Amino acid sequence: MSNGIQIHVNGEARGWRSGGTVADLLQELAIRNERVAVELNLEILDRKDFDQRGLKDGDRVEILSFIGGGC
Amino acid sequence: MATNDRLTIAGHEFRSRLWVGTGKYKDFEETKKAIEASGADVVTVAVRRVNITDRSKENLLDYIDPKKYTILPNTAGCYTVEDAVRYARLARAAGVSDLVKLEVLGDERTLFPDTAGLIEAAKILIKEGFIVLPYTNDDPIVAKKLVDIGCPAVMPLAAPIGSGLGIRNPYNLKIIMETVKVPIIVDAGVGTASDAALAMEYGADAVLMNTAIAGAQDPIMMAEAMKYAVDAGRLAYKAGRIPRKLYATASSPIEGML
Repeated sequence: MSNGIQIHVNGEARGWRSGGTVADLLQELAIRNERVAVELNLEILDRKDFDQRGLKDGDRVEILSFIGGGC
Repeated sequence: MATNDRLTIAGHEFRSRLWVGTGKYKDFEETKKAIEASGADVVTVAVRRVNITDRSKENLLDYIDPKKYTILPNTAGCYTVEDAVRYARLARAAGVSDLVKLEVLGDERTLFPDTAGLIEAAKILIKEGFIVLPYTNDDPIVAKKLVDIGCPAVMPLAAPIGSGLGIRNPYNLKIIMETVKVPIIVDAGVGTASDAALAMEYGADAVLMNTAIAGAQDPIMMAEAMKYAVDAGRLAYKAGRIPRKLYATASSPIEGML
């Protein structure tokens, strides 16, 4: 990877390619877009912007979804 | 239950008056079967990080079809206004509706709500268009304040979450039901079927539970028991119970006796 950058995904450091978008990241992680929420540097992204938002060196990405829970 | 006895909250109509959580089950298959047995059409879920290292793990929503059930995300585990608001926003971003079961907890040991924080967080979220269903204490004054700021229902606890103690303060719950003019969903603390029936007999509009079902020795059977309990309690409430009297009243006539 020539333009390698480092990002944090769910708290873990991860190499990434410069210019790759949030949608690319989800695809690489085999996460379906529907019913996940993505927070980029504490900003919650609109799902329709996933393929617009490029990731930069040092970005912190949180990917969340629904799990079993009660009260 | 009569099909016309529907519960409506902020334009959302619910068929079932038993709402169930999806935590603490052995696996998704058991979760699914228990929910089906309970007849619930509202299920609560939590919002957490996706496991990115093990993608083989299945998703809860592969088992619980959001077209069939109303998915009610909670802010469980949040101890500050900021965290609760953040999780509510994430839930909305991940989901399909503005509904949130708002929890702002005050203490790890009791999981009692921090009601001051709850009101503050509710105000912020209501302003952002959320339909806030607040998990609150059995405190009639707080319940009234939550309604005054725009909560379309309130969810007072019966007892601490997961405790199974049943209704610890029936008189306060009754006061809430009399004074608050929005649906009351008794949330947390139910231990067994009679607790759920009692909550409904008092006049609760619905009961939400998780541990009482998931923690039972046979969760699927308990889910079914809870369905009957909630229906029986609701019918008894609507039918109107007889007053309590100290002395007997014979049911068989004296006339015609030898």
